Amino acid sequence: MKHFDYVQPKTMDEALASWEPGASWLGGGTNLVDLMKLGVTQPQRVIDLTRIPDLGEITFQQDGSVRIGAMVSNAALARHAGFAQHFPMVAEALLSGASGQLRNMATVAGNLMQRTRCAYFQEETAACNRRTPGAGCDARDSDEELRALLGASPACVATNPSDFCVPLAALEAQVEVRGVNGTREIPFADFHLLPGDQPERETALEEGELIIALHLSAAAAGFARHARYLKVRDRTSFAFATTAAAAALRMEDGIITEGRLALGAVAARPWRVAEAEALLVGHAPDAALFGRAAEAAMAGAEAPAHLEWKIDLARRTAARALAMAAVGTPARMPALPASPFGQQNGDLAHV
Amino acid sequence: MSLFISLTLNGEARDVSIDDPRVTLLDLLRERLALPGTKKGCDRGQCGACTVLVNGRRANACLMLAAGLDGAQITTIEGLARGEDLHPVQAAFIEHDGFQCGYCTPGQIMSAVGLIAEGDAGSDPERIREGMSGNICRCGAYHGITLAVQEASRRMAAKEEGDAA
Ligand SMILES: Cc1cc2nc3c(=O)[nH]c(=O)nc-3n(C[C@H](O)[C@H](O)[C@H](O)COP(=O)(O)OP(=O)(O)OC[C@H]3O[C@@H](n4cnc5c(N)ncnc54)[C@H](O)[C@@H]3O)c2cc1C
Ligand code: SF4
Ligand code: FES
Ligand code: FES
Repeated sequence: MKHFDYVQPKTMDEALASWEPGASWLGGGTNLVDLMKLGVTQPQRVIDLTRIPDLGEITFQQDGSVRIGAMVSNAALARHAGFAQHFPMVAEALLSGASGQLRNMATVAGNLMQRTRCAYFQEETAACNRRTPGAGCDARDSDEELRALLGASPACVATNPSDFCVPLAALEAQVEVRGVNGTREIPFADFHLLPGDQPERETALEEGELIIALHLSAAAAGFARHARYLKVRDRTSFAFATTAAAAALRMEDGIITEGRLALGAVAARPWRVAEAEALLVGHAPDAALFGRAAEAAMAGAEAPAHLEWKIDLARRTAARALAMAAVGTPARMPALPASPFGQQNGDLAHV
Repeated sequence: MSLFISLTLNGEARDVSIDDPRVTLLDLLRERLALPGTKKGCDRGQCGACTVLVNGRRANACLMLAAGLDGAQITTIEGLARGEDLHPVQAAFIEHDGFQCGYCTPGQIMSAVGLIAEGDAGSDPERIREGMSGNICRCGAYHGITLAVQEASRRMAAKEEGDAA
């Protein structure tokens, strides 16, 4: 690991003032410290945000919306009873990610900012435009499975690995960020950037800005009765998604009145398609309907010959997540959160 | 740079000097504080061998910068037994053959102590397996590990009830 200067500011103003180009914010460290050991990230200065007051609160507002502080741990959020009741698929996605230990350490902001798991990005000797602009991309002609099927560019075919971000995209979360020029909110859909010809630009954060909170609206909680996250992976637990989907429905008298669908692990950001969601409205839940919505969500997907199966798998993951959402949110978190295995349903939540 | 941090380490107050911000909690324990019970497997958060409790919650010591831990309470495998009395999780691992070579065992045991404190798994084997998935066992002692965690979880719940009564 390269040497760095370590600071632990006690206030937000102190944190903003300690920023300099080449610095990194530190949350739980589960991604940053790993990448620093690999030499992939070499910050001159590490600014530890864990001692700043007020970043660790979960606050429900009068209007039913919730504000989640940037330093709340992934485990604390998933286990917060009020939060899990109102936003069950977000809790399910969080609990399907990483391990019990890592979820205790990982923060909300760090999860949003985590870097791709593309193997060539993590391998210092490989060519990678995201790590070293202009170097080329060794993943493009490789057998890398964690590869984007949608929204990729000749410069980069990496995916966003986060589970948490997939339901956040479906529920239209807002990201509250702070910089020396003040505070602003970024809609989730604009937060992660597609690679284009500048894959090194990953998010809408400006230099020196940091995430201070995440917001979910009261309207987003309206999906709580029919909301699921489904994650297909190489082993039953403790693995990144091969494909994933967050599906949420609002139903009245057996008819879908509103639908949300976001796919994970298929692009450099969670993938949401308005036409796919529109197809659901006004219909009763039905396997063929969910198949058509999944097809529409994956429209334009491209894969090299050896990965064509992944397009099919992503479609089926989406259709199945919709079917699970239609059945209803389980009253208790499944033993294997977001897993296609194990007992899925049982008692349903009627919140 | 030299930085001083105060820790409560296995119940004892310790002032520690950190001369390099790159030192992880794992290296601090093993290389500088003579506590080699916490193991290094992958050094990347992927195996769980380095699991300790930080402020009562299980965490991977390999990904924690020691410099950030001023004021923290750390419990390692060395701090679990009370003299000759093993912690219920330690005793259950022995009874149920929860290991073969033993390399992953300190991490497994600390993770199980953390999982039981979290209270989500109870003695449901499927929830225990899911809750313990951050700890890899190269010898494949998973069956014994699951039985041991079940047993310890039951005994600790019974003891709590007994104490409350
Ligand atoms: C073995 C392993 C398995 C994993 N499996 C999964 C999985 O299955 N699913 C999944 O979703 N994730 C998984 N993860 C990733 C994990 O979720 C992330 O590492 C974690 O969420 C990052 O949070 P952190 O607080 O530790 O971030 P850090 O490591 O502290 O930071 C990560 C990035 O965020 C930046 N950052 C931190 N805080 C802020 C802030 N407030 N504002 C702006 N930038 C900030 C940092 O500078 C850094 O670039 C896994 C990780 C490991 C090591
Ligand atoms: S796909 Fe993107 S992250 Fe992976 S090697 Fe290519 S440029 Fe780098
Ligand atoms: S050594 Fe820390 S998880 Fe493997
Ligand atoms: S007992 Fe050998 S690695 Fe688990």
